[in-house]
Amino acid sequence: MNDVTNVTIDVRNVIKRYGDFTALHKISMSILDNEFFTLLGPSGCGKTTLLKMIAGFEDVTEGAIFLSGEEIGSLPPNRRPVNTVFQNYALFPHMTVLENIGFGLEMRGSSRKDAETRAGEMLELVQLSSFAKRKPSQLSGGQQQRVALARALAPSPKVLLLDEPLSALDLKLRQSMQVELKQIQRETGITFIFVTHDQEEALTMSDRIAVMNAGELQQLGSPREIYEQPQNMFVADFIGDSNLLSVSIDSVTEGLMKCHIGGGHFLIIDEASAVGVGDKVHLSVRPERLLLSDEAAETNSLKGTVLQSIYKGTDISTTVELEGGPIISVRTSNTARGIKRLMPPGSAAFVNMEAGAARLLAD
Amino acid sequence: MAGGAASIKSSRSGIYSDQRNWLLLPSWVVLGFFVFAPVCVMLVYSFLTKEFRGGVIWEPTLAAYDQFFFDRGLFGDAEPKLQWTYISIFWRSIWQAGLATILALIIGFPTAYFIATRSPKARAIWVFLITVPYWVNLLIRTVSMKFLVREEGPLNDFLIYAGIIEEPLQIINTNLAVQLGLFYSYLPFMVLPIYASVERYNFILSEAAADLYATKWTTLTRILLPSIKPGLVAGCILVFVPSLGAFLAPDLLGGAKNFMIGSLIEEQFKGNAGNWPFGAAASMILLTMVMVLLMIFAHQQRRAEETP
Repeated sequence: MNDVTNVTIDVRNVIKRYGDFTALHKISMSILDNEFFTLLGPSGCGKTTLLKMIAGFEDVTEGAIFLSGEEIGSLPPNRRPVNTVFQNYALFPHMTVLENIGFGLEMRGSSRKDAETRAGEMLELVQLSSFAKRKPSQLSGGQQQRVALARALAPSPKVLLLDEPLSALDLKLRQSMQVELKQIQRETGITFIFVTHDQEEALTMSDRIAVMNAGELQQLGSPREIYEQPQNMFVADFIGDSNLLSVSIDSVTEGLMKCHIGGGHFLIIDEASAVGVGDKVHLSVRPERLLLSDEAAETNSLKGTVLQSIYKGTDISTTVELEGGPIISVRTSNTARGIKRLMPPGSAAFVNMEAGAARLLAD
Repeated sequence: MAGGAASIKSSRSGIYSDQRNWLLLPSWVVLGFFVFAPVCVMLVYSFLTKEFRGGVIWEPTLAAYDQFFFDRGLFGDAEPKLQWTYISIFWRSIWQAGLATILALIIGFPTAYFIATRSPKARAIWVFLITVPYWVNLLIRTVSMKFLVREEGPLNDFLIYAGIIEEPLQIINTNLAVQLGLFYSYLPFMVLPIYASVERYNFILSEAAADLYATKWTTLTRILLPSIKPGLVAGCILVFVPSLGAFLAPDLLGGAKNFMIGSLIEEQFKGNAGNWPFGAAASMILLTMVMVLLMIFAHQQRRAEETP
């Protein structure tokens, strides 16, 4: 998988400083051919800075960025075979949709006629053929977004950079654009680098995700790895909902770790974790990996009291105070069986869990 | 949707429209007194007979226009034949004002761009500095200009000192001096509207152009300049129109040879030697021409925008 030949963008030990402030601390990552790669993190984590450095709008303080094995740090943006879909689209207001899309092609030396033909094809790809002669101001947000995408794809860049392109759209439109973007990426085979702070968006579309925080790479992996095997507290907390509970390890026998929580304990299997007896760590478990029951299971069952139970349509979210104080939240699917889990506050309940469902994370 | 909103508004416009009309009254009064009335007075005077010690006699005549185009004198009875005396002064004025405008544009745009790309605090200071010389009376500034560019003035001294020229340049009493004077008189009118446009310009568009392989020059000509065109047009009009009617700069810097329409009009109203109807007629012709020029320009703009 990490064969050198199919690496498109190679970020090596990149540091970015603005005066005394360090925006990126020695970031390294390899982005592969035909990959839908997402930079995910809260605002100010450095993801947009990294994207701008790849595009050429920000210079690299230290380190190097390679594109297909060639160092591009010193190339100005107009000489990098990389195109960007900007956050607020940045369509040229005085040009028609067709002129906007043809602009990059013309700048690369295509004749006006060739540029128009290709621009027409790109418009078809984003299903806006009938809007060719309109000005950007005459389009809706979603349509402008598609034009921006078509404009950036038209010159067939080696890499397409997308800077939170869906953040200005409403939920329904955003979801359908997510599917469409993914589809276009597959059809064109162009490497996409997508920046977002929306973890659901990242999980939906990406082949791989780089989770960033405070200028540092937290974890890099497939959506499944990121979601199911968070490597640290930040990733566990940032991606999806997580129960993060302070536990201490009582004993380790044959890979089963006995974790003391409140008044009881869970038995956990976590091969990736390197904790030992006596360590105080955090237990991370997704609410949907827990089961709520009236009666205790044989093992891995903790007794508690329901604090509240919220009906959310697709599922039911219940908060339980375990014996000894810890509070844990459990999500149950809204099935015929699940609806019974809408328990009144104060009722007694057992929280059950499989041994492999949780992760143990050092602070 | 828009239609629905409009109809709701109009259904209760009974009270509101009356109120709106009343509230507009001050604007109408101001426009009437300061725009419409003076033009009417000028128009009427241009058709009256001149009084020899200034002023007019209330006898309608076309003498003033006759003099402008055919130069036959008051009681001339020769065949009407187009005379170029005044028309050429007119033509020269347009030419001079045009060159001054271009000069102001060439200097004004980079200046405005520079100011608009500073930090907000620095911008305020720069705009302030640009306007400082204009607190001084135009006459004083024009005389200073004369002092600067005269044969033994600092400009020539400097150029000789720097070894660029050997003999002092004859700038005073040339067309160039007039253009420089006009340019200097009205430069802020070029800088300020362009500054306002550049300040509102979304610089991400320049980034987008660079991202799409445009060079800096192409980004300037195909993205930035078209985007700030309203500011450029406003600046050009604000410099061109007053330059066309200016009389201080041509009088003081251009000498008798480089007479402009503003000076011609000014003379008609000075002392006892003037000819009020002729001055009024020349003003009317100037006004009409400026209006026609602007209308042609606006028309072409609209055509250019409609045809992609």
